[in-house]
Amino acid sequence: MPRRSSNSSTTDSSPSPTSLPTASGKGGIAFKAPSIKSNRLSQLFSTSPRSKSGFQTAQLPAVGSNTPPTSAPPISSASLSLPTISLSTATSENSNMDEPPTTLFQPPSPEEARRLAKQHAQFGPIGHPSHRYSSRHPGGPFPEPVMDEPPYYYLLTTYISYLILIAFGHVRDFFGKRFREENYRHLKARNGYGALNSDFDNFYVRRLKLRINDCFERPVTGVPGRYITLIDRATDDHNKHFHLTGTTTDTLNLSSYNYLGFAQSEGPCADLVEDTIKKYGISAVSTRSEVGTQDLHIEVEDLIARFVGKEASMVFSMGFGTNATIFPALVGKGDLIISDELNHASIRFGARLSGASIGMFKHNDMKDLEMRLREAISQGQPRTHRPWKKILVVVEGLYSMEGSMCNLPGLIALKRRYKFHLFVDEAHSIGAIGPQGRGVCDYFGVDTAEVDILMGTLTKSFGANGGYIAADKAMIDKLRATNSGVFYGETIAPAVLAQISTALRIINGELIPGQGEERLQRLAFNSRYLRLGLKRLGFIVYGHDDSPIIPLLLFNPAKMPAFSHEMLRRKISVVVVGYPATPLVSSRARFCVSAAHTKEDLDRVLTACDEIGNVLQLKFSTGIAGGAVPSDDMVPPPEKEIEWRRQQAAKITPPRWRLEDVIKRGTQDAKIPLC
Amino acid sequence: MDLQETQRLLSEHLHSLADLFHRIPGSAILLRYVKSSYQNDPVRSAVELFLFLFAVRYLLAPKYSTKPGVVKLSEDEIDDLVDEWTPEPLVGRPSPLEEMEVEKRTVIVGPVGPKSKLANGRTVVNLGSYNFYNFNANESLKEKAIQTLRNYGVGPCGPRGFYGTQDVHMKTEADVAAYLGTDACIVYSQAFSTISSVIPAFSKRGDIIVADKGVSYAIRKGIQISRSIVRWYEHNDLEDLERVLAKVTKEQARKPLTRRFIITEGLFESYGDMVDLPKIIELKLKYKFRLILDETWSFGVLGRTGRGVTEHQNVDAAEVDMIVGSLAGPLIAGGGFCAGSEEIIHHQRISAAAYTFSAALPALLSTTASDTINILQNSPDLVSQLRDLTKAMWAQLDPRSDWVRCTSAPENPIMILVIKPEVVAAKRLTADDQQYLLQDVVDECLANGVLISRLKTLHDNFEPKQDIPPALKVCVTMGLTKKEIEKSGTTIRHAITKVLSRRK
Ligand SMILES: Cc1ncc(COP(=O)(O)O)c(C=O)c1O
Repeated sequence: MPRRSSNSSTTDSSPSPTSLPTASGKGGIAFKAPSIKSNRLSQLFSTSPRSKSGFQTAQLPAVGSNTPPTSAPPISSASLSLPTISLSTATSENSNMDEPPTTLFQPPSPEEARRLAKQHAQFGPIGHPSHRYSSRHPGGPFPEPVMDEPPYYYLLTTYISYLILIAFGHVRDFFGKRFREENYRHLKARNGYGALNSDFDNFYVRRLKLRINDCFERPVTGVPGRYITLIDRATDDHNKHFHLTGTTTDTLNLSSYNYLGFAQSEGPCADLVEDTIKKYGISAVSTRSEVGTQDLHIEVEDLIARFVGKEASMVFSMGFGTNATIFPALVGKGDLIISDELNHASIRFGARLSGASIGMFKHNDMKDLEMRLREAISQGQPRTHRPWKKILVVVEGLYSMEGSMCNLPGLIALKRRYKFHLFVDEAHSIGAIGPQGRGVCDYFGVDTAEVDILMGTLTKSFGANGGYIAADKAMIDKLRATNSGVFYGETIAPAVLAQISTALRIINGELIPGQGEERLQRLAFNSRYLRLGLKRLGFIVYGHDDSPIIPLLLFNPAKMPAFSHEMLRRKISVVVVGYPATPLVSSRARFCVSAAHTKEDLDRVLTACDEIGNVLQLKFSTGIAGGAVPSDDMVPPPEKEIEWRRQQAAKITPPRWRLEDVIKRGTQDAKIPLC
Repeated sequence: MDLQETQRLLSEHLHSLADLFHRIPGSAILLRYVKSSYQNDPVRSAVELFLFLFAVRYLLAPKYSTKPGVVKLSEDEIDDLVDEWTPEPLVGRPSPLEEMEVEKRTVIVGPVGPKSKLANGRTVVNLGSYNFYNFNANESLKEKAIQTLRNYGVGPCGPRGFYGTQDVHMKTEADVAAYLGTDACIVYSQAFSTISSVIPAFSKRGDIIVADKGVSYAIRKGIQISRSIVRWYEHNDLEDLERVLAKVTKEQARKPLTRRFIITEGLFESYGDMVDLPKIIELKLKYKFRLILDETWSFGVLGRTGRGVTEHQNVDAAEVDMIVGSLAGPLIAGGGFCAGSEEIIHHQRISAAAYTFSAALPALLSTTASDTINILQNSPDLVSQLRDLTKAMWAQLDPRSDWVRCTSAPENPIMILVIKPEVVAAKRLTADDQQYLLQDVVDECLANGVLISRLKTLHDNFEPKQDIPPALKVCVTMGLTKKEIEKSGTTIRHAITKVLSRRK
């Protein structure tokens, strides 16, 4: 693929070092003096609904002056450069943050403007009251997301690309192993030691991933909020090593799992974290089961239990570790785990350690699950045919690579019939979906008693770290005595607990009533707005409409780096993923939408995608997944809609909206079913 | 003539071949499938054929066939079976020991320190936490953590691979590597999960692990998930290690060379004793094994400046292939690390599950780790002071008690106290009996104002089972004066005597 083709429309957007004094030399983390306690009241203004009227618009120029002109096609270079908000200068030592909040129409002082700029770089103010939506299942059966496919040409070229990459890889290996032996040391047995890595396992990393290494592990600094500051790096040896160039680039952040925008270094969360560090120190310095349980842990566990709607909960210092330790405590020999094929690595890790038998069903396919349940129950255990002691079905609430949600109503119906136990991993769904942000049960309006175990991570929506398990009290009490994470895992730190509890209390309205709701509704709106926009522009996107994870399909492997680079040139950070994290053909870019984004931010993403999509030929949707110009035909009721759309597929003209129209109609149309 | 003959033969053979093909079960389906899809869509078939070939070549996934022995059942029969089936509850009823575990949980209100306040309002001397240097009360560390908070927020909101690598993580990695004297280092976001991911990142099915029988739970999990061949040697018995190594080498002599690892701990989690590293290095070099050394309990504790066993026993850290340790214990930060050569670290960034599939460490914990390492490095008297206190506590317990024995190395600030074998034999104590007795000791200590803990262990499902003797765990902290340490030591000794002598 032409990687750097036709950049004519884009100006050179290399980082602007002049305005970015940076503290990121070799390991040089120069600490800035602690920012003086910021004024809580004025901070809360940006998100509190009370201030939505005049104040917000009055303040907009502070950030808005350098946000792109939203409705000015053709998109000029101005839209490509991000506001050069320098986070490092914004924290300058002497800026007095104790200043009284500016009154409504007084122009902000330079310090105030800088403070606001920093604040808005972490969490953008809502542009218009209409940019809100409540995520909730509208009722009726839960539709499967329609998986659109590109023309064969692209599938074919994708296969050919891989073929070429693999062929080249083998040729290079062939010569490399003979002439550049030192580079292959770790792949060969030497001096009587076995090879450190197997040549075969390592092939993908060595020959495919290496080529696009610069799209991964990009170092960052500062808060991963609405914007994220990348530390620039360069390579002299084709991505084997990188060195930091000493500059940084502020980019719009569509990569972090910061769904509700709680990644903030100021505001109520950070203030409480600061107080907690002062009071409690940094660590609990023990395991939970020895002497590492503090009042804070109990408080947060109660909060989480109430939030997710269970009797009790327990927290751990790592989400991965939570899954890795919970399964051995739940199931063992003679038990069966039936797991969605796309479940997260941590679930597989834990399941393998448990000693239970493991079966899989096709992603989100309730028919397949039912078939497997019937087979498992009727056949019993292999060879002995003894009945399974118990069956645990494990699904995720929201799948992080697909953007699809589990079919909870379908699962519950099966559970009633087949009596299995249900485990839902809400790593991405907790806080991110449902009218109250309480995950899939909330979204579908299902009673949480129907799900035996609700697991989730605190890494994502809450801007903290760690994981939790929520269940009945009896179950949690037993798990406290049998779960190895309680016995051996380090206790979650007080500072992290403070972040969790503040975030939770903001979401449930206990703190700053209205702000939690605003965050939830902005996230829901932003998710739908961007998804609809991408569909209308003609991209193939996967997942359900209300999902804040939006994978945009690229297919050809070479388009991964191209897309990532082009986005970076436009100062937008995105994640690209390919095989083996996805099926071979469906390499994709993934957008994680946040409540911290404004509509203007998303318009910037749409603009960038539009341009890049044209250049890289990414607009291959057929329209069956929605986005077409609404036809005049009657749309049948929702239950029949998918089928109807399939029948209509032949008639549907592929959607290729003009960017201006997408932006113009997006706000209204994002709130109706996205077709 | 000849030509005809060959033609005939050929067609005959083809026929029999076709016959044979048709007799293969499922061939008809395949044929039908190819035909129908070919008619509808030639490109698709080609693509699928390619996919199939590709799959065979590249995804050579092990196939488990669970099909044989399937009983054919009608739908009604299945429905009946479904109706009849009654699964067990997800978790069973707790055993009395498990109930005790939950009931007796201590809850600290406020900060963890040398004197901690409990939920019942009493303030007690805390000898249960790993707060050896009392860094948790260090105001300048708090101040620095708050600075980090004000620049980075709390969570990095993503895994390291996807914009979760913050400059502070790179700095902590560089700091640990420089401190230990290795080429590189990788930081994980939980210490407990570190080694369980490091082991399977390198040791695969068919590889060989020789491990100490007394290794920690986390190491056992790592070995279990790696599915490698495991040979165990007696706990800290290096003669036995040599015997096992020699045996393995002999067994494997004619087989293709695989990766081989020795796995052991610096200070053992369950016994507190120390490894003889120079001897292990000698053996590993002799038998050409790689060494994975878990320094979770020795990093920050042993050696002149706390670098761990390598410093303590004058071994070059580069001789050890992988050093795994914790930043969460006495360093009061969070997360774990693995240090080693560039190749070893780089490989983990791609294939260690707990690294690639988990969010990065919070920035403020990462900077705290860097800061505490810096303190340790620059004030060697910290370590020697800790050692003095440890000695003082030791003197109160081990030589003076008729009932318990300390299995820890004298340098270990965590004292593991087991009931003496003769006492166990005389009173015929089962493992459970001992646990109850030791809990009584813990309660008795608490009543007298000293918080200690039992050694908490969990049985797992991995064979061979491990039998860790029940024990008490006493941790020294520099937040207390020598007097206070000695006084608490006496309290603990008296409590032990009181509880154990009461038992008939
Ligand atoms: C479904 C799922 N479970 C668990 C985890 C692990 O959580 P953590 O990042 O907190 O370790 C993740 C994270 O990516 C996830 O997606």
